[in-house]
Amino acid sequence: MSVTDVVFILTAVVTVGSAVVVVVSRSLIYSVFSLLFTFFGVAVLYVFLGADFLAGAQVLIYVGGILVLLLFGVMLTHRLYNLNLTTERFQPIAGTLIAAAVFVSISLAAFKTKWKLVGDRELEPTTQQIGEAFLSSYLLPFEIASVLLLVALIGAAMLVRRRTDV
Amino acid sequence: MIELKYYLLISAALFSLGVFGVLTRRNAVNVLMGVELILNSANLNLVAFSRYSSSGIDGQMFAVFVIVVAAAEVAVALAIVLTLYRVLNTVNLDRADVLKR
Repeated sequence: MSVTDVVFILTAVVTVGSAVVVVVSRSLIYSVFSLLFTFFGVAVLYVFLGADFLAGAQVLIYVGGILVLLLFGVMLTHRLYNLNLTTERFQPIAGTLIAAAVFVSISLAAFKTKWKLVGDRELEPTTQQIGEAFLSSYLLPFEIASVLLLVALIGAAMLVRRRTDV
Repeated sequence: MIELKYYLLISAALFSLGVFGVLTRRNAVNVLMGVELILNSANLNLVAFSRYSSSGIDGQMFAVFVIVVAAAEVAVALAIVLTLYRVLNTVNLDRADVLKR
């Protein structure tokens, strides 16, 4: 077993283990902070897959943006003097059964299918390729995504504003 | 070289954990975390297939767009959660069962 395999197994264990903590932990703060480890683990897996730009984007956007937003969400929806940030569960048995069925069926599909794979390709930096693809064959989706972000910005600001004029 | 199926296995685990979180959590922010897990697992699949197939960079482009949509989604969802908290004084989803009052 090479060093790469050991690092991969460690990353996989950290990623899946912290994801378990995210959905099982009773404390919301623990959930948010273990989501941090899940996001970092996925970023490391992107590095394994040779997606350097995506690994950077994952850390910047998920850890730097989405996680902070989720933390804001936790803090703003609980009174801070009441630091009992717990959450309840409902239908744990049915939820476990459905999740287990989903996991078994996806992994069976992943292991039984004969994937038509190419061999080991050269690892090369992807940032330039992604940038060129954005401005050539993906130009229209790129513009739509920017409009979507603008709409989300305005919509979020409008939803949480104080309604004094209504 | 790590085989493709191990990435798919990790991704399946993340996906089913996300489904479990969405189904069993009561707190709206926690349900959002489950949705983020699901989106991450989909991204992992896209990047893995883009690495192990001959399609070039396309899978990674899809993953970039998924990240963009996830950012927009979480912003709007948190705005809705904050509005819910202001109206009902709770973020428990089973208590948000009225359309108007």
